[in-house]
Amino acid sequence: MSALLVIDRLRVRYDTRDVLRALSLEVARGELVALMGPSGVGKTTALRAIAALQPFDEGQIVVDGFALAPGPVPPESRLVALRRRVGLVFQAHALFEHLTALDNVTLALRYVLGKRRPEAETLATKLLSELDVGMRAGAWPRQLSGGEAQRVSIARALAPDPALLLMDEPTAALDPARRTALGATLRRLCEQGRGLLVSTHDAEFARAHADRVVSLSPS
Amino acid sequence: MIVALALCLVTAQQPAPRVLVWGGDAEGGAPFVEADPADPSRVRGFDVEVAERIARGLGGDRHAQFLQVQWSNIDQSVERGDFTLGLSGVEDTPARRARHAVTLPYFEFREVLAVRPADAARIHGLADLRGRRVATLGSTIAYDLLIQARDSTGVLPISYDDDVHPYGDLVSGRVDAVLLDHIIAQRALRRRGGSGFVILDQPVAIGHYVGVLAHRHAILRDSIDAVLREAMRDGSLEQIFRRWNVWDDSQGALFERVLRPGEAAKAAGAATPVQALAYLPSLARAAVVTLLVSVLSMALAVVVGLALASGRVYGSTVVRIATTIYIEIIRGTPLLLQLFVIYYGLAGVVRLPAFLAAVLALGLNYAAYEAEIYRGALEAVPRIQLEAARTLGLSELQILRLVRGPQALRYALAPMTNDFVALLKDSALVSVITVVELTKETAIYATNVGSWVVPGALCAVVYLAMSLPLSRLARRLERRWKTP
Repeated sequence: MSALLVIDRLRVRYDTRDVLRALSLEVARGELVALMGPSGVGKTTALRAIAALQPFDEGQIVVDGFALAPGPVPPESRLVALRRRVGLVFQAHALFEHLTALDNVTLALRYVLGKRRPEAETLATKLLSELDVGMRAGAWPRQLSGGEAQRVSIARALAPDPALLLMDEPTAALDPARRTALGATLRRLCEQGRGLLVSTHDAEFARAHADRVVSLSPS
Repeated sequence: MIVALALCLVTAQQPAPRVLVWGGDAEGGAPFVEADPADPSRVRGFDVEVAERIARGLGGDRHAQFLQVQWSNIDQSVERGDFTLGLSGVEDTPARRARHAVTLPYFEFREVLAVRPADAARIHGLADLRGRRVATLGSTIAYDLLIQARDSTGVLPISYDDDVHPYGDLVSGRVDAVLLDHIIAQRALRRRGGSGFVILDQPVAIGHYVGVLAHRHAILRDSIDAVLREAMRDGSLEQIFRRWNVWDDSQGALFERVLRPGEAAKAAGAATPVQALAYLPSLARAAVVTLLVSVLSMALAVVVGLALASGRVYGSTVVRIATTIYIEIIRGTPLLLQLFVIYYGLAGVVRLPAFLAAVLALGLNYAAYEAEIYRGALEAVPRIQLEAARTLGLSELQILRLVRGPQALRYALAPMTNDFVALLKDSALVSVITVVELTKETAIYATNVGSWVVPGALCAVVYLAMSLPLSRLARRLERRWKTP
């Protein structure tokens, strides 16, 4: 299995404190890797560094051939290839408040992939239906339950068809039944050939659904 | 305590100084009333001396004490009791006589036209000024004459708040003629060294200066009339006018008429003011001007404000510093000053029409405030929303257009509506550069009917009719945009 994501000795510092020190991991296509560890150990920081939302100090990140180097985050114009490869689902979902669920998903289809509105809406509706939120396409983000908002958020991240999907604490606000359903959904995404890196402190969820677990311990 | 009480008693026993407090506008300048160049805390002018003569004539060691009041507010202030007698080129009009206690006329003036020398051969009166811009001081008989001439001969009246700029604008070509009292015209010509314009010999109308008192002071007015008659008889009034170089034959004739037994203290040949109802179309026109100035200024403020805010949020260090300097200078200086600078200050470089200057000044001023609203709104959009947009692959410009801008607009809407309502009212300031808008027209109306009650209420209704629907629209938009 070829590695989709390779992290090599990643180090992130805030002021003088190491948040991450020498993190190395790989995620292959079709693989679900759980990134585990207690709160504050740097799980979110690792995901943000992979999504080029924050700089890192040492090491290297390579996503499907696209390499990120230590130092400041490059301008967006130089991250176009990375953006097409990586999707991120935020813990707080971060749906665009001024757009309906459907428009949250069509945004990247229309303005990044350049699809016309009808085609974008067909694709977005299909994605929402696959995630069991097709009926909520016309709803505003604030009208959605936590579980619905999470699935719309997954649909939005999947819209540009990224090979690697990062998810930050997806089980934090879910009841056990929803957790199982989410696990099944993520397995389906892996079967489509995507790699998934999921941060969680839910050991049970990790054991049940992840192919591998990478544990972080405080620096 | 006892000492204080004793002091009060002593003070109470002393007779109060007998003072005739009179109001005038030193901004009107010489020869009426001006700050004394030798001692600017004192005033001088023929009206100052007339007031002193009246005070002396009333007896009891009375002396005159000057109170500064804006010329257009003299009637209202005297009725309020701010001072007893209003002087300084106060014109005799039937409306003033109906509302207040007015003295007999003590000076006769001619409403004269001033034109550029090149036009002197073909302009002989208002009839020759069809379609031409004729300047004057607002709220005067001259302004009424121009309003009448607008309807009859098609002149375009331009109202000023002072009597200096009309002549400057005549020379520079902004207006084609000025209609004002001969004293003011002659003074303006002297200041320009006798060149730049000529004063036509044939007067357009004859008017008189009077003193004005509160309606309840009719008895005191009669005493003042007696003093004025005495001053005409004993030559002291003539001496005053001669000292200030404003004496001419027509004053002698006026004195004769006034002193003739049985002659009513009525102005001969005073221009008839326009009837109160005749102002309603003018008010409607002025309301349209207010709305137009406000809407165009706001449009300019929004566009420039957006550019400034973008500069502050996204710009390089140089752009950020430049936009910050602009915003601080504009917010830190009075709008009135900016209006003057754009209209009069830039006149040497570019002679902007008054309306355009008004829109520019208001628009550029409000742009600074809008910029700060937009900057605040842009910065209020949660960072996570921008990061989510970034992970989708949207460019910075797309993020601004599709995510940050629309969300910021919701935050900005309420303060923007506030600003527009404020601008609607601030637009009243543009009257200082000759744009007659709603408040100015109301002031003219009020001066001519001698009361603020009806014009003020009408004006308020029109402003509310413009601002209330706007607030409702904003509330409706806010509700619609607020996702449940």
